[in-house]
Amino acid sequence: MTKLKLKTEGDTHIVITRRFAASPEAVYRAHTEPKIIRQWLLGPEGWSMTGCDVEKRIGGKIRYEWTHTDGRSFYLTGEFQTLEPFTRIVHIERMHLPDPTPYNHVETRFELDGAGTLMTMRMTLPDAATRAMMLKTGMEHGMEASYARLDKMAIAEPAAA
Amino acid sequence: MQNLDTAFSALADPTRRAILARLAHGEAGVMELAAPFQITQPAISRHLKVLEGAGLIVRRIEGTKRPCRLAPDAIAPIEQWLATLRTALTANYDRLDNVLAETNLAETERTTHDQAET
Repeated sequence: MTKLKLKTEGDTHIVITRRFAASPEAVYRAHTEPKIIRQWLLGPEGWSMTGCDVEKRIGGKIRYEWTHTDGRSFYLTGEFQTLEPFTRIVHIERMHLPDPTPYNHVETRFELDGAGTLMTMRMTLPDAATRAMMLKTGMEHGMEASYARLDKMAIAEPAAA
Repeated sequence: MQNLDTAFSALADPTRRAILARLAHGEAGVMELAAPFQITQPAISRHLKVLEGAGLIVRRIEGTKRPCRLAPDAIAPIEQWLATLRTALTANYDRLDNVLAETNLAETERTTHDQAET
């Protein structure tokens, strides 16, 4: 599949695009059904998803929790603002490390693209200071793990789906 | 970038962010930078001192003027954070590819004798 593209827009936006070899319905469901989310939303090496509660309705709550093999854990809470099957999801989310980060506003679109799906995710952070804080968080939490995983992936690229 | 904490507090001000946005287009002097704002030139100079102290901009001397430009490595930590995000997302979506491929296979098998699948 076409690899992930990530770019910033202005001070506070991050736009991510990715193509999938599956229908928009399948990709949408993979983002809203806990049974499927648990199989892929794991993040860097060493982390496992130890909590996944999703109320699939407008105003419904989201709560994900991850635990590292060394015992560290953190969680994310959020709320759905828009659910348009199978084309668009708008939600807000914040991480608890354990102090809560400011809310990140996320719009995710799923468009039919040939035989597959083009997903466009647009994140809006409250301000540049928040992005700077997320930057700091990202550097303190799991950067090393991420790079280690990247090295491993470069060696063993998963088979194209 | 000298110190992340200093850089973050420097970035937390809208005027200073606007100055950085202007400097992204190229070098500029104090007068030029002050023009869009309803604040005095000394106030702008104070903002520039903060940005310079945080390692976000550099200044050179040209006669009596001290033009400013973005420090070449000012955005490196932001780039690094984006790289971290990219790595986590890439790992997640590569796994999702596999999950979707298995789902497709299961659905194809289930609907081989049932043409209801669209």
